[in-house]
Amino acid sequence: MGSRYFLKLIFRNALRQRLRAALTLVGLVIAVMAFGLLQTIVQAWYAGADGASVNRLVTRNAISLVFPLPLNYRDKIRQTEGVSAVSYASWFGGVYITEKNFFPQFAVEPISYFSLYPEYRIEESQMREFLHDRHGAVIGRRVADVYGLKVGDVMPLRGTIYPGTWNFVIRAIYDGAQPSTDTSQFFFHWEYLNETVKKTIPRRANQIGVYVIGLRDASSGAVVAQRIDRGFENSLAETLTETEKAFQLGFVSMTEAIVVAIRIVSFLVIFIILAVMANTMAMTARERVAEYATFKALGFGPRFVMSLIAGESLLLSLLGGAIGIALTYPLAREFGLAMGTLFKSFTVSSETIGLQAGISLLLGVVAAIVPAIRAAQGSIVDGLRHMG
Amino acid sequence: MKSPAIEIRQLVKSYQRGGESVPVLRHLDLDIAAGDFVALMGPSGSGKSTLLNLIAGIDKPDSGKLLVSGVDIAQLSEHALAHWRAQNVGFIFQFYNLMPVLTAFENVELPLLLTPLSASERREHVLTALQMVGLQDRMRHYPGELSGGQQQRVAIARAIITDPRIVVADEPTGDLDRSAADDILHLLTRLNKELGKTIVMVTHDPHAASFASHIQQLEKGLLVHAIPTH
Amino acid sequence: MAIPFSYTLRNLLARSVTTLLTAGGMGLVVFVFATVLMLEEGLKQTLVQTGSMDNVVAIRRAAQTEVQSAIDRTQAAIIENQPEIALDRSGQLLVSKETVVLINLKKRDSLAPANVMIRGVAPVGVVGLRPQVHIVEGRAFKPGSAEIITGRSVADRFQGAALGQRLRFAGREWTVVGVFESDKSGFESEVWGDAEQLMQSFRRPVYSSMVFKLRSESDFAILKARIESDPRLSVELKPEGLYYEDQSRLLANFIKYLGLTLSVIFSLGAVIGATITMYASVASRTAEIGTLRALGFTRSNVLWAFLFEALLLGGAGGLLGLGLASFMQFFTISTMNWQSFSELAFRFILTPSIGLKSMGFALIMGAVGGFLPSLRAARMNIVTALRSA
Repeated sequence: MGSRYFLKLIFRNALRQRLRAALTLVGLVIAVMAFGLLQTIVQAWYAGADGASVNRLVTRNAISLVFPLPLNYRDKIRQTEGVSAVSYASWFGGVYITEKNFFPQFAVEPISYFSLYPEYRIEESQMREFLHDRHGAVIGRRVADVYGLKVGDVMPLRGTIYPGTWNFVIRAIYDGAQPSTDTSQFFFHWEYLNETVKKTIPRRANQIGVYVIGLRDASSGAVVAQRIDRGFENSLAETLTETEKAFQLGFVSMTEAIVVAIRIVSFLVIFIILAVMANTMAMTARERVAEYATFKALGFGPRFVMSLIAGESLLLSLLGGAIGIALTYPLAREFGLAMGTLFKSFTVSSETIGLQAGISLLLGVVAAIVPAIRAAQGSIVDGLRHMG
Repeated sequence: MKSPAIEIRQLVKSYQRGGESVPVLRHLDLDIAAGDFVALMGPSGSGKSTLLNLIAGIDKPDSGKLLVSGVDIAQLSEHALAHWRAQNVGFIFQFYNLMPVLTAFENVELPLLLTPLSASERREHVLTALQMVGLQDRMRHYPGELSGGQQQRVAIARAIITDPRIVVADEPTGDLDRSAADDILHLLTRLNKELGKTIVMVTHDPHAASFASHIQQLEKGLLVHAIPTH
Repeated sequence: MAIPFSYTLRNLLARSVTTLLTAGGMGLVVFVFATVLMLEEGLKQTLVQTGSMDNVVAIRRAAQTEVQSAIDRTQAAIIENQPEIALDRSGQLLVSKETVVLINLKKRDSLAPANVMIRGVAPVGVVGLRPQVHIVEGRAFKPGSAEIITGRSVADRFQGAALGQRLRFAGREWTVVGVFESDKSGFESEVWGDAEQLMQSFRRPVYSSMVFKLRSESDFAILKARIESDPRLSVELKPEGLYYEDQSRLLANFIKYLGLTLSVIFSLGAVIGATITMYASVASRTAEIGTLRALGFTRSNVLWAFLFEALLLGGAGGLLGLGLASFMQFFTISTMNWQSFSELAFRFILTPSIGLKSMGFALIMGAVGGFLPSLRAARMNIVTALRSA
């Protein structure tokens, strides 16, 4: 049989129960879309770690992140063999208008910090403005987009760790070098923080949250980390140094239960739609028992009948998958905007698209297996009797 | 002649097909006496099934009078017609039309669910009806487990369970072999003779028609002639 | 309903594969729905039970959590001397000046690091203020020693946190001398020790928070107004129960909104499944519908019979989903609470109200999916329907 004739047959069959085909298609589109969105959420969760570099080390207090390190560790770290640059940052933890507007805020030493993070792209003129303004701040593109902020705007932050309301003037907006770069952060001058703290809570002055360390040789991370920690053994504040990636992954692993739950749920939706799809194919095949028997009576083999069913199933699932994938983009964009700065970056990855396509294919095949085998094995005489 | 159970005057019915109106019954007049057993015959497309449907109250005429036991059922609302059918008409179909998921007993019981009878009263009625058709020992069987003739006997029990005055049968032997068909036709004759049911049967089989007391021949939507069989 | 129940039920059973697939799809949706509600309930119960409404927590204004808060000794002394604070039977003030810090511990099975809250308490903070806390293994820590007690879920899940084991942090070795439980509340995710010992070791000269009981609950408003307007203090007061509820709000909302959004999206899939099934059910029984109508059953009888079939399908899905979800009660989930940055363990809790909501959700899915097909069944013309035999 010519393949054109075969394809025509499959198309016409798929369109026979228009309502059912349309409903199944809608179900598939929803499922593929939901799966794509959930995968994107999971990936966004890991975005901080993905964007993190293995070329940088992070040193923190060994007890936990809430304990600071003295500022004077800086010089000792810089002199450690293998270290090319040192910068530092303190978690500010302010609230912008309401608690819901969450984005990370750091007080940093700007020159050394931004030279360690070349992926944060800032216009030179804006950078100069920021360096000159003690109360200036640099915000990421996502922060600017989500809250509608621009250079020159004043941003008040209510301190939770450092009391009082702090007014910052946005002097620069940074863009990410890559789509996965975290552009949901807020940076300001550590000097400004420290001078204020000196006046109000002197015991907390000259302390920093973490040191960020540039490596001379990217492959020497583990050795250098050990070297740094050994240098502060048995001192007032013992340190823990790890690669930036490990540091970020540590954060993610603390909320892993939620990520795992979302992962599981994203596969559940596939099972839900598989049940719908399999049902559609089973019903279709049951209604056409007589036709399949006729094909066989005319001399077509069981293979032919199987491929008729599989072809129809695949046609539906792949079409649904394609529409679902196409709609994932606008859905993810809207969802990303609605979620604000909770996620560092929110883009549909090619991996997600690949998974969606693979799952569509799999759905089409799996849904057709049982009806196809049944139709192929069914007896011609019994089948013809269904003619009614 | 007894008073007519069914009185039809100037009955008109047409169907829409492809935007055109196709007349099926054209100003038909017919009287059927109470207790009569009438066979409607005629070539396909003659309107015999349409006439049966109209008498049974499952279809509505375009115009004309359709008096059944003195009630003009053409004037009844759809809801009233449903109640009327439940009380006055028993149906027998060519393909039995039993509910495959219900047992013989439950199939016969089905129309009684539209009556206020209690469960034990219903049981009594059903057993009597099944006894009448000789299937009491098969009452727990599902239709799929019965032969065609047995299924049709269950259908007959269902048709008479509410004690309707009229029984309509559409090709009741059309799907049966000769001996099963004869069983069914004898049973219908008994319904007519012993229980006094007015029976209207559509058939194209002269042998089946010979069991009726009258034969009405239809052609192109009109009665051609009536033939008494005895 | 005039059309018998057995007719509807047996029709579902007759198409066992289709019924199972459709109910299975709906069951999975109900499973997601119920699990989310159970999680939310578990989180709520864990945190609400943590705090008692009789106790008052004082933290630095705008600090939001104890971890970020600081109250120095002068401020503590002022608060301690407020006349509204209750005394216990021996005449001791029912005040616990506490220090709360996060330490990084490794989980026993995965060795993944997690932040665990260490709470330095006064002895009265255990016995007098938190009567729900019971030491179930070992004994209480001795004041002035490097002894600690661990909450049940910390003892079970972290390296070195079981009875008799040692934890090393803040330059010292700490011996676990007891394990405590507190009605599955958030305290079970904490480690407790002597406040003064911990402050020394962590070199923290200030307290994090104060917890105290009032002589009378009605004094709260007056005390709150006085303390919060005192220029020497910059603290805020909250009932302990409310404090813990606020702590979980972000996480609870996240779980709730994400979960319910997913349930609604997924339910579209399941409803479509039910619609397809019911349309097929109606189509394959066209002649039966015609027969029923001929026998005198009305359109609404037919409508209800099919709607009921769809409801039954939904009900089966609901039971299936709830059955699956009830197994989740054996699991404990632990995650970082974003507001306190500390690890919190909580269970899935199935309540009768969640069961009812889930069944309601399942029935609604069935009804929505079955509505249009049932309408089609009811609208069929008798003669045409009979002809399809």
